Amino acid sequence: MSATTSALPGAENPGNVALDGLAREFVAALGPAAVVTDRVQLRTYECDGLTAYRCIPGLVVLPETAEQVGYVVRRCAQSSVPFVARGAGTGLSGGALPVATGVLIVLSRLTAVRNVSVDDERVVVEPGVVNLDVSRAVAADGYFYAPDPSSQQVCTIGGNVAENSGGAHCLKYGFTAHHVTGLEVVLPDGSVSRFGGLAPDPPGYDVVGALVGSEGTLGIVTEVTVRVVAVPERVETVLAGFRSMDDAGEAVSAIVAAGVLPAAVEMMDTLSIEAAESAVACGYPAGAQAVLIVELDGPAAEVSAELAEVEAICERAGAFEIRVARDADDRVAIWRGRKSAFAAMGRISRDYIVQDGVVPRTSLPQVLRDIALLSAESGIRVANVFHAGDGNLHPLVLFDSTRGETAAAEAVSERILELCIEHGGSITGEHGVGNDKKKHMGRMFTEVDLDVMQLVRCAFDPQSLCNPGKVFPTPRLCGERPGRRTGVHPVQAAGLGEVF
Amino acid sequence: MPTVAPATIDDLAAAVRDTAPSSIAVRGGGSKRDWGGVAEVAELEVSTAALDRIVEHADGDFVVTVQAGARLADVQNVLGSKGQWLALDPPEAGATIGGIVATAASGPRRLRFGTPRDLLIGVTVVLADGTVARSGGKVVKNVAGYDLGKLFCGAFGTLGVIAQCTFRLHPSPRAIRCVSVPLDDPGDAVRSLRRSPFRPSAIEYDGTRLSIVVEAFESAADAQAEQIRALVGGEVSAAVPEQFGARPWRSGEVGLKATFRVGALSPALALARGFRLSAHAASGVLWLGGAVDAGVLDELRAGFAAYDGSVVVVAAPDGMKRKLDVWGPVRGVEVMRRIRDQFDPDRRMNRGVLDAV
Repeated sequence: MSATTSALPGAENPGNVALDGLAREFVAALGPAAVVTDRVQLRTYECDGLTAYRCIPGLVVLPETAEQVGYVVRRCAQSSVPFVARGAGTGLSGGALPVATGVLIVLSRLTAVRNVSVDDERVVVEPGVVNLDVSRAVAADGYFYAPDPSSQQVCTIGGNVAENSGGAHCLKYGFTAHHVTGLEVVLPDGSVSRFGGLAPDPPGYDVVGALVGSEGTLGIVTEVTVRVVAVPERVETVLAGFRSMDDAGEAVSAIVAAGVLPAAVEMMDTLSIEAAESAVACGYPAGAQAVLIVELDGPAAEVSAELAEVEAICERAGAFEIRVARDADDRVAIWRGRKSAFAAMGRISRDYIVQDGVVPRTSLPQVLRDIALLSAESGIRVANVFHAGDGNLHPLVLFDSTRGETAAAEAVSERILELCIEHGGSITGEHGVGNDKKKHMGRMFTEVDLDVMQLVRCAFDPQSLCNPGKVFPTPRLCGERPGRRTGVHPVQAAGLGEVF
Repeated sequence: MPTVAPATIDDLAAAVRDTAPSSIAVRGGGSKRDWGGVAEVAELEVSTAALDRIVEHADGDFVVTVQAGARLADVQNVLGSKGQWLALDPPEAGATIGGIVATAASGPRRLRFGTPRDLLIGVTVVLADGTVARSGGKVVKNVAGYDLGKLFCGAFGTLGVIAQCTFRLHPSPRAIRCVSVPLDDPGDAVRSLRRSPFRPSAIEYDGTRLSIVVEAFESAADAQAEQIRALVGGEVSAAVPEQFGARPWRSGEVGLKATFRVGALSPALALARGFRLSAHAASGVLWLGGAVDAGVLDELRAGFAAYDGSVVVVAAPDGMKRKLDVWGPVRGVEVMRRIRDQFDPDRRMNRGVLDAV
């Protein structure tokens, strides 16, 4: 089915005519079990983890092999039909939001672990492999896969690559981009290319680096080579209760200034502690206005030296209770509260928005005070749970849609992102831009910056068929040179900071 | 070839734009002028020498923003006064930040800290048509937009001029200990170190001696060094050996970079027999120096390909380079050419240097 045919008179929806033809082809090539056309079943794919955006895909395909992915993409490209890749659908920015006139390619059936080479510190997997299963594949050898997004029990490596996923422990271990050394990719024209592999520093451009975090807009990854690292000899988890967020923030700054690089530094405020207590009775220090979880790992000698330093710093910063996990169970108990925090919000609020923004760590105290003020002024409660070590905030904006608070909550949520930008931070630390935040990209980058980024897009996907409408607020025609706009940067224009 | 040395990014952009459609060579500190393919003589050389400012050292945030022409050594001095450092240690004296990023130059401590791509968090670049663009930012954790910085790392200036970089920093090590042990084949020792609980900053092999560097709190460094000595033997000292991490080639020779899957250290070293060498032994990287002709290079490439690696000619006199395939096969080169065509359709920037793409 070609685009010309689909535009014939009488076609109610040209896209859907093309899709009908593709659906028949895909059934013939992949079998009926791999193609979803039923409206009710299609609806189950209408959103990812960010349910605010919904769109029923025109067609869903569930290929089982990389060859099938290549075939599906090739046919889409030949028919000028847009396509979107989806993994487990846990993304929080609408990055896997389908296109109504397009094909959703679900990769959850590509679950083979193709090669485990502990001696090379590499594991080669298909994109549908669950994050935690990579660690499981090498656990017996004393290795693990470091990036640990909180959805790691269900989220897939393909999605992690698309979003450059982080996690609580990326402060020390880095993000997905630091752990992927090779990719096999179905390009938007359906051809297959490989970049990198088991060895480091492949010659030529760092295409792997460009692909990781490109949010599925440059191609569909069908094989991922990741680095695994040796499990640390010793892990210490400290839970400290403070009487104020300022005191806890002080402790974080002092720990980092002391030259200690913890595996994770997490902070929760009183509202999130309250929610976590009601959900999982985590037993955090009673009366704490803030708790800090500091996890140290590494060689035993190093960790014990750092532990003594961290305890002393927390005490000096005013911690009224400091607990160190005695064993693995204890550690799990400490983390349970933190990990339950998002889901626990349901217990104290009917609705909530999970925000994801970043500020320079030294700006944290000021930004938290600003958020508190914002909350007081608007009457919208905000719970703060965040990766304090790297300034990655996850404010939870609580509201009740049945009481008409939605607009006010959204305004607070957006204002928090503005605060992040004003302080020289970012509109997203780990959830991605996706569909949700593209409207904010113009506040962080000039139109020229975005045009230049889209040169990469044009190199991969000149037809703009691959996850269209994501990341960039304004798609651009390939072939144009980046605009010669002479205006100052929006951040500068608003007097918010100097362009660096 | 006339040279301009603009002092601002705007002037740099104007110089590049006004030279169109002529070709442009980009020059940093000149410490790696003989790296890459044979550069064509350009109509204009753009030097970053006057763009040498440290724009901002946000020490509380462990982040620095520097202009491309700043020399790494000077940057380290400034950061060191605050107990911090940019964890890159390529050995070329006089190297600038822009040159290090453009060549993705690495040194021994890449084992722990990675290469420029792993520490670069924001970049400002000037494209061949004078467009100034930026990606990333000045916070470590940031996934907004494409990461152009990674594409510019190792692009040898062919996508545009790197004007300014923002990096994540690390605390200066409190204490350093080095365990040195003479070994003919370090394969087993390196394997046991990689599987050990220790976290060295560097594991280097120079053909006769394995050097394991530990950097930590004093007590922890002592303890680890002693345990490492118990594991692999040798002696502990409080400093790295002379020539630590130095490139193994001499002037007039061919310098190569060979890579391999990290478990294949012993066979990789066997392939390199007859060369002077410097190995990032636990990272899968070998630097080689010696006499190389096209036949030898082909043999090496076939040998390292068996370990999923590559061999590139890093440095050599132009006369020798002309007889050699400098880059060798490049995986995914078609896509790279499309990227280059988008950024620099007339191929004005650093012609010849990355001739494989």
